[in-house]
Amino acid sequence: MSVLELIIALPLLAALAVGLGAPARAASLGASFINLILVLATTVQYWGKTGLAFTYSRPILENPSLSFAVGADGISLILALLTTLVMLAAIWQIEDRPPIFYVSSLLIGGGALGAFLTTDLFFIYAFHELALIPTFLMIALHGRAEPAQRKAVAWKATIYLGAGSLVLLAGLVWLVLEFSGGSKLTFDLEALRSQAQLNPLPAAKQAQIFFVLLLGFGSLVSLFPFHSWAAPAYATAPTPVAMLHSGVLKKFGLYGLIRIALPLLPQGAHVEWVQNALLLMLLGNILVMGLVTIHASRLDDTLANSSVMHMGYIFLGIAAGTDLALKGAVILMFAHGISIALLFGLCGRMRNQLGTLEYNKLGGLASHAPAFTVLFAFGTFASIGLPGLTNFAGEVLIFLGNFTEFKAGTLTSLQWTVILALWGVVMSAVYMLRAYRSIFHGSPATGLFMIDPAFSQRVPFILLATTLLVTGCCPWLLLNLMKSAL
Amino acid sequence: MSVFTIEAGLALLGLALLLVEAFKPDISRRTLGLTAIAGTALALVLFIFAPHDSASLPGFIRPWHQLDNLALFYKGFALVITILVLWLTLECAPYLTRFTVDGKLGEMFSLPLIVCVGMMWMASARDLVTVFVSLELVTVSFYVLVAFARKSAFSLEAGVKYLILGALSTGVLVYGIAWIYGATGTMSFDGIAKALANPATSKSTALFGAAVLLCGLGFKVAAAPFHMWVPDVYQGAPTPVTAFLSVGSKAAGFVVLTRALDAFMVEGSIIGSEIQGFLLVVGSLTVLLGSLPAMFQTSVKRLLAYSSISHAGYLLLALACRESARFDLSSGSVVAFYLATYLPMTVLGFLGLGLMRANGLGEDIKDFAGLAKRNPLLALLMTISFASLAGLPLTAGFLGKLFVFLGLADHGYWGALSCAIIAAAAGFYYYFKTILAMYTTEGTDVPALAFSAPAKAVAGALALAILILGVYPKPLQNVLMSDRPAVVAK
Repeated sequence: MSVLELIIALPLLAALAVGLGAPARAASLGASFINLILVLATTVQYWGKTGLAFTYSRPILENPSLSFAVGADGISLILALLTTLVMLAAIWQIEDRPPIFYVSSLLIGGGALGAFLTTDLFFIYAFHELALIPTFLMIALHGRAEPAQRKAVAWKATIYLGAGSLVLLAGLVWLVLEFSGGSKLTFDLEALRSQAQLNPLPAAKQAQIFFVLLLGFGSLVSLFPFHSWAAPAYATAPTPVAMLHSGVLKKFGLYGLIRIALPLLPQGAHVEWVQNALLLMLLGNILVMGLVTIHASRLDDTLANSSVMHMGYIFLGIAAGTDLALKGAVILMFAHGISIALLFGLCGRMRNQLGTLEYNKLGGLASHAPAFTVLFAFGTFASIGLPGLTNFAGEVLIFLGNFTEFKAGTLTSLQWTVILALWGVVMSAVYMLRAYRSIFHGSPATGLFMIDPAFSQRVPFILLATTLLVTGCCPWLLLNLMKSAL
Repeated sequence: MSVFTIEAGLALLGLALLLVEAFKPDISRRTLGLTAIAGTALALVLFIFAPHDSASLPGFIRPWHQLDNLALFYKGFALVITILVLWLTLECAPYLTRFTVDGKLGEMFSLPLIVCVGMMWMASARDLVTVFVSLELVTVSFYVLVAFARKSAFSLEAGVKYLILGALSTGVLVYGIAWIYGATGTMSFDGIAKALANPATSKSTALFGAAVLLCGLGFKVAAAPFHMWVPDVYQGAPTPVTAFLSVGSKAAGFVVLTRALDAFMVEGSIIGSEIQGFLLVVGSLTVLLGSLPAMFQTSVKRLLAYSSISHAGYLLLALACRESARFDLSSGSVVAFYLATYLPMTVLGFLGLGLMRANGLGEDIKDFAGLAKRNPLLALLMTISFASLAGLPLTAGFLGKLFVFLGLADHGYWGALSCAIIAAAAGFYYYFKTILAMYTTEGTDVPALAFSAPAKAVAGALALAILILGVYPKPLQNVLMSDRPAVVAK
């Protein structure tokens, strides 16, 4: 028995209990609070260690070898921390909703924890699928649009993510067949990894498999041009689902690339055609989606599109593949998850109170709701990448990580991409500051009135904002967890 | 007590119930049904504790029957599904009797026992004659069962279609058996395997015979292009019979296919590669022709019929992959595993459908709207069943499909694998369309839907089986592997 098994099981059991009639809010909040404590304690225990820890394996089948194996390294723990923080905040901010909101939040959170903390490909994949299903159902059933429209949005997301998952499954099966060795099929990540170090594949083949995995994982992370499901889905999804999917579950694709694709296929990402394709796609995320975001006229559209855009930077870190850039990518995953969950949470509150999110109908909220404004400012500035908040640390490490081998006068295609991608930072500043100004400053709009939430309602947002500030001022807290993980 | 005695006893019980029903017209259906269930359950208990080796069989039957692992597995399978179907019939009885001629259900409780015995004998068959006789025992009983709700035009239509096509396929099967006999001079599977490994055997004659025989069996398991009867028959037959057809009859067809293919595709067989190509083509066609039309169905029963066709396709593809060096499960065990996972999820689906019908609801997807509000437990259980049929990870359905896909990938049958993946993707669409309908909140003013405590217990047990097998399939694998030699080249 490992503590990780408890961490995975707790939200799922709580979901079952709520489904069978336990008091929804108390059970969900209790489970996610205990889970946060457990993950924090585990992280403290891991402090100073390297490699995989807390491993435990329960064999299920011998051949093909399949086991319920858990284990965590720094990256898994950072993502588990992200999951538990966002899950607690998302559940806390639910008000006056039927139990299915609590059940789905717990299932998404529990599924994500399962995907991040297991080390058997079968369960990594399975837990992610488990978390996806409630996302689709909640968009279709309780989305914020007319029934026909929200169903269309849900189907679009289902088709994109379902097709992406199948491509991913094909890529994973290919990996298993290539790396299993002669006598036995295995799904164990560690066994596959040691096999990949002993008998690496030729670079050309690595590139092919890496590309399949990139398409599979990529469509789960809304990699351009497989991104068009994401913005409408987030804008339509109920608030806790938007917080959990954009903040946590979407990071699964990036986690998979860093934990599975890069270690098993170390040369795959750097074969020229794969790298160029990845760079073009991520520039699409940053530049095309940046322009699309600037054009948005509603807060939920801006946030949803910006969430697609920011994935481009994390892909940039993965494309570079240097130790520094990958650590930056992990930090940015954490930072983006916290900041977008904060913004979506506040956005959901605004919609409930004001009934509209259109910029030209809003204005001057700062004078009614100062505390709300401060919290929103945290999200805004984190999203832009202001120093002192976590996103900045991640972005800077990614940019620097691309220049570790710099020769004056000759720039690699990666470095050119960084130079182009820097313009994305300017675009983020444009759309986020415009959103902030038109909502909170200027003359108060007539007929719209909003008051500050009570302190107990602010707690989940304060939790997220504090996390941004603490890890932003002390990024070594996260970096120390990844001493040798990459 | 040998396994054969138990089977004979079960057949006698079936005949006795038939006579009692005929000569004591005032006997209640509850008594009849419970007697049949108790008899089958007793047979299951006796079967579990009976000696499990061929030497325990009575001498006169030993040349025709065998008791290997596969046979034992399918015998247990037949007993379990028969108990479930008998119980489901009893549960749906108030509704079913509206469509029978005299308002009674007499043969509905005796014929399943005969079918069960037919399936158990088929699992042990060592030669084509035993296969044929037991297959006909099953099929002829089904002719009656399908048309049982005679006052319903659908049931009558289904009965006629099943009778005509069933009789035709029987003719084709016999024709194939005759050709095989002509080519190899024997009816026993061992003899056929030996003859086919001998290069002197006439290849064209054997190939023609094998192909015709496979076409005949194709009708029974609903393989494309012989699947046309399935949607109409499944839709028209009484729901418990549909569940029986979908699980029991299919399993029976596949145990025969496994035995026949073990002979046809024996090491060094002169027709092995042709048969394998035939299976790959037919399997790919079947998954697609099952899954793609299913996307456009509005009746859930019809949708389940098409999905049952596509499941037959996955099983055929599994049969095309012979033993692999990197894989502990032979194709026969993969098929058995798949069917074992298929049993709880299909029965659960039809159970839900039957309960809805018994409460006066229709079988269309739109009738599922708001089910979650009417009866949250039933909606949850049906969700588990459909998610498993779709092949959602962590349910039993995923593992069965995963083994089929791994086998195809390991052998490098990429074309068939892509067909299977397309079909699985289509499956996600139509199953989740139905699940979504259950949770939509429109039309929630309909009354709550109640179902009995035994129904809750059975449905809950089936759902639990789906979830447990999905994360802990080892016990099942152990049953399939226990006395079979490991295929792994160590």
